[in-house]
Amino acid sequence: MSPLSGGRSDDPGVRRLFDRLHIDPILLLLLLGVCAIGLTVLYSASGHSMPMVINQAERLMIGLVVMFAAAQAPPEIYRSVAPWFYGFALLLCALTLVLGDHAKGAQRWLDLGVLRFQPSELMKLAMPIMVAAFLHLFTLPPRWHAVLMTLMLIGIPVVVVMVQPDLGTSLLIVAAGGFALYLGGLRWQYIFGALAAIGAAAPVLWARLHDYQRQRILTLLDPESDPLGAGYHIAQSKIAIGSGGMFGKGWLEGTQAKLDFLPESHTDFIFAIFAEEFGLLGVCTLLLLYLGIVGRGLFIAARAQDSFQRLLAGSLAMTFFVYVFINMGMVIGLLPVVGVPLPLVSYGGTSMVSLLAGFGLLMSIQTHRKLLAS
Amino acid sequence: MDNLKNLVREKHMYRSRIGVAVLVCLVMTSILVSRLVKLQVVDRQYYATRAEENRMRLSAVPPVRGLVTDRNGVLMAQNTPAFVLEIVPEQVEDMEALIARLRPLLGLQDAEIARFKSRVQRATRDKQRYLSLPLRSNLTSEQVARFQLNRFDYEGADVTATLTRSYPLGAAAAHVIGYVGGITEDEFKKIEAAAYQGLTQIGKIGVEKSHENELRGMPGAKIVEANVNGRPLRELEYRQGAPGKNLILTLDAKVQLAAQNALGELDGAVVAIDPRNGEVIALVSKPGFDPQPFVAGIDRASYKALLDDRKRPLYNRALQGAYPPGSTVKPFMALAGLEYETLQGGHGEYCSGSMSLPHSTRKYRCWKRSGHGWLDMAGGVIQSCDIYFYEVAQALGIDRIHTFLSLFGLGHPTDIDLPLEKTGLLPSREWKMRTRKEVWFPGETLNIGIGQGYMTTTPMQLAQITARMAMRGKGFKPHVVHAFEDALTGVKTLVAPEPLPPIPHRHAQDWETIINAMVEVTASQRGTAHRAFKDAPYRVAAKTGTAQVAGMSQEELKARKLEDTPFHLRDHALFVAFAPAEDPRIAVGVIAEHAGHGGSAAAPIARQVMDQFLLGQITYNVAPPPGAAPATAAPAAATPANPATPAAPSAAPSASPAPTAPATPADVAPAPDAPAPDEGEEEEVEVEIER
Repeated sequence: MSPLSGGRSDDPGVRRLFDRLHIDPILLLLLLGVCAIGLTVLYSASGHSMPMVINQAERLMIGLVVMFAAAQAPPEIYRSVAPWFYGFALLLCALTLVLGDHAKGAQRWLDLGVLRFQPSELMKLAMPIMVAAFLHLFTLPPRWHAVLMTLMLIGIPVVVVMVQPDLGTSLLIVAAGGFALYLGGLRWQYIFGALAAIGAAAPVLWARLHDYQRQRILTLLDPESDPLGAGYHIAQSKIAIGSGGMFGKGWLEGTQAKLDFLPESHTDFIFAIFAEEFGLLGVCTLLLLYLGIVGRGLFIAARAQDSFQRLLAGSLAMTFFVYVFINMGMVIGLLPVVGVPLPLVSYGGTSMVSLLAGFGLLMSIQTHRKLLAS
Repeated sequence: MDNLKNLVREKHMYRSRIGVAVLVCLVMTSILVSRLVKLQVVDRQYYATRAEENRMRLSAVPPVRGLVTDRNGVLMAQNTPAFVLEIVPEQVEDMEALIARLRPLLGLQDAEIARFKSRVQRATRDKQRYLSLPLRSNLTSEQVARFQLNRFDYEGADVTATLTRSYPLGAAAAHVIGYVGGITEDEFKKIEAAAYQGLTQIGKIGVEKSHENELRGMPGAKIVEANVNGRPLRELEYRQGAPGKNLILTLDAKVQLAAQNALGELDGAVVAIDPRNGEVIALVSKPGFDPQPFVAGIDRASYKALLDDRKRPLYNRALQGAYPPGSTVKPFMALAGLEYETLQGGHGEYCSGSMSLPHSTRKYRCWKRSGHGWLDMAGGVIQSCDIYFYEVAQALGIDRIHTFLSLFGLGHPTDIDLPLEKTGLLPSREWKMRTRKEVWFPGETLNIGIGQGYMTTTPMQLAQITARMAMRGKGFKPHVVHAFEDALTGVKTLVAPEPLPPIPHRHAQDWETIINAMVEVTASQRGTAHRAFKDAPYRVAAKTGTAQVAGMSQEELKARKLEDTPFHLRDHALFVAFAPAEDPRIAVGVIAEHAGHGGSAAAPIARQVMDQFLLGQITYNVAPPPGAAPATAAPAAATPANPATPAAPSAAPSASPAPTAPATPADVAPAPDAPAPDEGEEEEVEVEIER
C-alpha cells in the first residue's frame, strides 16, 4: 500500500464512516493544510486586510460545500451529464466574448447579477469530464479517429478562451484534456509527433501572440534589463523570494509586499510573499503538501474502477500539478508570466470553487468504489 | 475473455502511464526546488541587499546655520522662526475650493497661486502627492491665528514653523554680512552634494559666502522605511548632523551704524581697521540694499531695479571700488622720499601755484592756484601742496615709487576674508608696457605723486595702508572673523591675527616724522582736516584727499565751484586717519563719492566713526560743515543731470598734452587692468530669481 493510503483511515470503522460521508480524509487534510497556509499568507500579502481574509475564507467554505456535494454523486452521473455540462460551459465561454466585463484588457468575466465568475473556470472542470467520458466509449488505447475527435473536443473551447484572451487558463484546459488523452493511452509516437509539430508551429504562434504576451516572454529572458518596466514583476518577486533565505523573514515581516514593491502580491504572485516570509523551509513544506495532493489524486486514479474514473481522476490530479508548476515557475522566473494563480492560496473566488469541485469528483471516485471488484 | 484481457491490458497500460506522470512530476518539482535553492540559499545575500535598498530611503535633516554676531554679540545674521502654510495635495478634496477659501485669508496673488499649482502638478507627476507643498511663507501671527480658528475649513492645509535667515542690520551691513539664497544650477555643480543634503540655500556674498563652510554645518540623516512610491512609513535610524558654527565678527555694530549714518545721503565707503591686529571694525558701502528679499527669492522686477540703479547698490564699494587715492597718498610718497634719501625732512620747495617739467610747456598746477610759497616736507603734507609732491615724485621716479608702495600692499588685494575683493592699480613701467605698449612718461610720475593718473586703490586698501603707517610698518592681514563658536558646546576658536612682513625702513625716526606731519593735518590751524578734528579728545594722524573724477582741464576744474559742477563729475572726497596717534587703535579710510573736498566732506565721517569707537559716543557737532552742506543737498539737485551725456562742453577730454586722468563716463578714475565697476561685477554673484 502506498503511504498515502495509510493512517487512521485503515481502521475499518472510521473508513466506513468516511466512505458513507463520501469524504477522502487524507485528501481533505492535505487540502485544508494548503488552504490554512493560503489564508495565513493572504493576511500578510494583502497588507493585513482582515476583510480580504474573511472573504477568501467564505469562498473556501463555499468551495468545501461544493466539494462535499460533488462527492455525494456517483461518478456514473458525471459521465452521463458530461456532454450537457461541456456544452453548457462552452456556451458560457462564448457568451463572455459577447457580454463579458472587461478587466485588465481581457473579457474573462461573466456577470450573472449575484455572481460574477469566469466561465473558463467551469471549462477547466468540464473538459476532463468530457474527454474521459468520451474515451470511455472506446477500447483503449484509442484509435486515430477517436483521438481526432478528442482533439476537437479540446480545441474548440481552447480557442474560445484564448481569444478572450486568457493564455493561462487555455493552457490549463489543454492540459486537462491532454492528460486524459495521455492516460487513455495515446501512443507515444502521437505524443512526440505533436510535440514536434508544436515546435514547428512556435514561430507561427509567436506571430499571433498579443504584444503584452510577447513582451512577457521577452522580458522573462532578461527581466533585470528593465526592472521598472516590463520585467518589474519578476525582478521584484525574485527579490522577495531570494531575500527570504532558508528560514524566511517571518510572518508579516516581509518588506516587499508590505511596501507595495510587489504588485499583485495577493493574487498571482502570492507565492513570492510566502517564500519571503517562510523561506525555503516553508516553500518545501508547501511543495510537499501539493505533491501529497497530486500523489493522493494519482493513487485514487490508479485504484479507480473504470476508464472514465481513471482518466478523470488522473487528469484532475495532474492538471493540479501543472497549476502549481506554472504558477511557481513564473513567480521564480522560470516560465513566462501567463496569469495562473497558485491553487488554493491565491486570492480569488472562482478558481477556489472550481478546484475544490474537482477534488469533490476525486472523492466521489474514491468513495463510490463497488466492492465486487475486489 | 477478450474483453477481460483488454481490461487487464488497459489497466496495466494505465498504471505505467501514471508511473511516467509521477516521474515527470518529480523531475519538474526538482527543477523548481533547485531554482528555489539558487534564489534563496546561493544568491540570498544579493537579493537581501536588493530588498533593503528597495525599502530604505535616506532623508536628510538640514543643519541649523550658524549665527553671525559682531564683536559684542550683537546679532547680524540670525535664524528667525517663520510660519509657512503648507498643503498636502492628497488630503485635499477640492484644491480650487481650498485655494479660494485661503485667498482672502492670506491675500494670495495670482502669481503665487500659479507657482503653487505648478508644484502640485510636479508632485502629482512624481507620485508624491503626500508631500507638504508650501503655499505661502512668512505668515503674520494674525494670519496664523485666523487660520487656526477656522482650520476645519482648510482640510489638507497646515501651518508649520520653519527657520528663515534674517539680517537685523539690514542695508547697513548687507555688503559685509551678505545673504543666503537658493542654490542655483551652476552652484549646484560646484558644491559637494553630500554637504548640502536637505539644504536649499547657500551663502551668496559677504561673510555668508566666504565662511559658508563653517556656517553651514553638516546635515544629519534619517533612514526611513519607504514604500514603492517613496512615501516614508517609519523611521529606522537617525544620524546626528552638526549645526553650523556661530561666527563672531570683528565688526562693531555701533561703529558700523555710525559710519553708515555719517555717510548720510552720500554714496561711498568707510573701512575701519584695528591696526594692532588687522580686525575690521566697520566696513560700509553706500548705497546699501535690503538683503532680505534675496533670502526668500527676489522677484525679477525688484532684482532688475537693483541692477539698473545708477548708484549700483549691489556693488561693494569698500572692496570693489577702485578710486584714485588723491592726496591721501602724499604721506607715503614723503616716506618713500625719506627712505630713498631723495628728500630731507627740512627740505624746502617753493610753490608758486604751478610748475612745469624741462622741455615741456605743460603746466602742473597746485590746487591752491595762488601757491603755498616756501614749504618744508611737513608743510607739504599739512597743506597738501601738489607742487611739493610733484617734486618729491620726480626725484623718486616711478620705479622707486612702485617698489615702495608695493611694500604697503598697494596693487595687491589685502586678502581680507571676504569675496570679490579688487586689487586696485599701482602702475609701473612694466605694467604700462604690458597693457598699453607705451613707455612711461615723466609727467605721469608727477600725477602718481599726488595720487592721480593711473593709480587706483580700494577703500579697503586705503584703510590698510593707513593701519600700516600707524603701526610704523608692521601690520596684519585684515579680517572680519574674530572667532568661531561651536553652537553646541559654546567653545570659541579664535582666529589668530596674521602678521604681515614689516616694511623695512632705514631710519626709524622717519615714521615719526611723517606721522607728526599727519597729526598736524588735524591739529594745525592750517591743516586740511583741522575743522573736523579741532575739538577731538584724542590725537589724530590724518590726510585728506580730493580725487579728480573726470579729465576736465585743470583750468576748468579750478575755475568751477562745486555747486556748479554736474554731480557725476564732482570730485570724490577721501580721507585716511588713525588714532590715537601715539597708540593707534583704529585706522580709517573714507571715500565719499562726488562730495568735494576730503577735509570738508570725508573727514567729518571719519571723525564720527573714531568717536564712536574710541569714546563710545559721537562728540562731533553734527552741524553740517560748510563743504558738506551743499554736497548733501547735491544728489537731489544733480539728478536731472543726464548721465548719458557726461561729455558736457566743460568736461571734454583733457586737452593737455601729458596724460592726466583721461576722461571716462565711469564715476571713478580709470584703472586699466582693474577695470572700473561694470555690469560684469555683480554677475559674479548668483542670485536665484523666483520664476
